[in-house]
Amino acid sequence: MLVNQPPGAVLSVRDGAVELGGRPVLRGIDLDVGPGEVLAVLGANGSGKSTLVRSTMGLVPTCRGEVRLFGTSLPRFRDWRRVGFVPQRVTAGSGVPASVREVVASGRLSRRRPFLPARRADRDAVEDAIAAVDLSGKARDSVSTLSGGQQQRVLIARALAGVPDLLVLDEPTAGVDVESQETFAAALRAILLRGATVVLVAHELGPLHELVDRTVVMRDGRIAYDGPPLAAFTDAEPAHRHDHHHDDLTRSASAHHPTVTAPLDPTGAQGEHR
Amino acid sequence: MSLLTYDFVVRALVGALFTGLAAPAVGTYLVQRRLALMGDGVGHIAVTGVALGLLTGTSPTLTAVAVAVVGAVVIELVRAGGRTSGDVALALLFYGGIAGGVLLTGLAGQSAATLNTYLFGSITTISGADVWVTVGLAVVVVTLAVGLAPQLFAVAHDQEFARVAGLDVRVYNLLVSVMAAVTVTVAMRTVGLLLVSALMVVPVATAQQVTRAFRTTLTAAMAIGMVASLGGVAVSAYVDAAPGATIVLLALAGFVAAYPLGAWMRRRQRLARPFTEPQPESVPPGVGPGHTAVPEEHVHEHSPECGHPAVPHGDHVDYVHHGHRHAPHGSHYDEH
Repeated sequence: MLVNQPPGAVLSVRDGAVELGGRPVLRGIDLDVGPGEVLAVLGANGSGKSTLVRSTMGLVPTCRGEVRLFGTSLPRFRDWRRVGFVPQRVTAGSGVPASVREVVASGRLSRRRPFLPARRADRDAVEDAIAAVDLSGKARDSVSTLSGGQQQRVLIARALAGVPDLLVLDEPTAGVDVESQETFAAALRAILLRGATVVLVAHELGPLHELVDRTVVMRDGRIAYDGPPLAAFTDAEPAHRHDHHHDDLTRSASAHHPTVTAPLDPTGAQGEHR
Repeated sequence: MSLLTYDFVVRALVGALFTGLAAPAVGTYLVQRRLALMGDGVGHIAVTGVALGLLTGTSPTLTAVAVAVVGAVVIELVRAGGRTSGDVALALLFYGGIAGGVLLTGLAGQSAATLNTYLFGSITTISGADVWVTVGLAVVVVTLAVGLAPQLFAVAHDQEFARVAGLDVRVYNLLVSVMAAVTVTVAMRTVGLLLVSALMVVPVATAQQVTRAFRTTLTAAMAIGMVASLGGVAVSAYVDAAPGATIVLLALAGFVAAYPLGAWMRRRQRLARPFTEPQPESVPPGVGPGHTAVPEEHVHEHSPECGHPAVPHGDHVDYVHHGHRHAPHGSHYDEH
C-alpha cells in the first residue's frame, strides 16, 4: 500500500475510506498534495468534500487506507505546529465573550508549552496574523460582535498565527462578503510566497480562483475529477456588469460540474459509476 | 473590626476568600462550554458522598471529593460520547445522587439537620484543618484555571481546532470536570452543595455583562466571587443570617446591578453591527436586475464602519441611506 507514496508529498491519502454511522461516505480516495500546491476540493453538498479534509486532519476516523502528513502516518503524526486548520464557521458563539486577539492567540498553542507565558515571538505572530486579515482595529473587540465575514477572517488569522506549512480550510468562503473574500485571498497570497501548501474546500471559489492551481471534484464520496482548474470556475467572475444579480447567483458555477447526489451503494461495494 | 478577634470568624473569612476565588475560576470554563448547571449536578452527586462519609464514620469531605470526582468524570464521559439523551442521563445521575444521599443519611442514623450543614453550608463551624484543606485545594484549582487558561480556553472555544493544534482535548475536558468536582466539595462548607453552582455561575454571568474578552471575564468573575463571599460572611455576622445564602444573594444583587449596564452596551454594539449574510439561495424574489444610479451626495464611502445599516444583497452589501438601499458600484452608488 505504501508503494506509490511520493517522497515529498505534504499530504497523501492511499485508498482512503470513511464510514459514518455504518454508511460509506468516502471510498477509494487516492490523493497526493505536493509542497507549494494550492488544491481546491469542490463538489456538491453531501459529496464528501468536507469529510475528506476532516479525515486528513484526524477529525473523522478512516476505516481503511492510510493518511500521511509530511510523510508521517496520521496516528503517529505529532508535528501539528506545521498544520493550520480553519474549520467550518461555528455560528453558535461560546458562553463567554472572547476577543479577536484571544481567539487568534489559540493558533500559537501548538508552539507553546502549558503554564509558560506567551513569548515575544508568539505575540508578534498573533499581531501579524490579525493584520494579515485586516482586523487590527478590532483586535480587542468581542468576536461575537463581528459580522460573519469578519468572524471567518478571525478563524483564518488563528490558523495563520501558527505560521503553518500546510493550511487546510473547510469552506472558508461560505456566506462571506466580497470584501472579506478579497482580504482572505490577499492573506493566502502572502503565505504562498513563503512556500506553504494550501488545501481548501469550497462551494464557489470567488476571488480565490486565480490562486488555485489544481482542483479535485468530489462526487458521491469519490474523486470524480483531479486536474487543472476547470474553465467553468475560473470564468465565473464577470468584471463589471449591470445586468448582474440574482439569476446567476442561484445557478452557481458548480452547476457546470457533476453535482449528482445519488444514494450510496447499499452494499458498500466498489461499484461502477456512470 | 472587633469580630476579627474571634477565631471562627477569621476561619470563615479565609474559607470564603478562597472559595470565592476558585468557584468562579472553574465556573468560567463551565459557562463557556454551556455547562452552567454542571456544578449543580456535581453538587447533587456529592450529597451521596457526604452521606457515605456519615455512614462509614470517615470524613464526609473526603468521601464527598471522591464521589464528586467520579460523578463529574461520568458526566463528562456521557457528554463526550453522548448522542441525544445526554441530558436525560445527567438528570438520572443528579436525582440518584440526592436520593442516595438522603437514604444513606437515614441509614447512618443521622438527622436531616446534619445533612443540612452540607446542603446549605456552615462556614462558622469550619475547623482549622478544614480551612487548610479548603485553601490547598482552592490554590490548586486556581493555579490550573489561570495557568492553563490558553489551553482550556482553546479546547472549550473550538474543540476541532484544538485537536488539530495537537492538544489532548479529552484530557483537558476531564481536567475541567475534576476541577469542578473539587471546587464543589471545597465550597460545600461555605455555601453548601445546593448553592455552590450559584457561586460558580453568577459571578461569571455578572462579569460578562460588561466584558469583551475571556481573560477579563475570568479575572472579573474571580474578583466578584471573592467580594461576594467576603461580603456575605461579614453581612451574615452582623445580621445573624445564613452565610451561604447571604453570599449567593449578594452575588445575585451584583448581577441585577450589572445587567442594565450590559443591556445598554449590547444595544450599542448591535446597532453598529452589520447583518449576517444570508446564503445566496435566500435572495428574495422579485428584486429586478435594473440599474439606477443614485444622485445623492455621499460624504463617506459606505463600509461596515460607516454606521449605516448594512443589508447583504446577493454578492455585495447594500447600505441603507436616507431610506434607500445603496450599493457601491465603481465610482457611484446604485439604488437597489
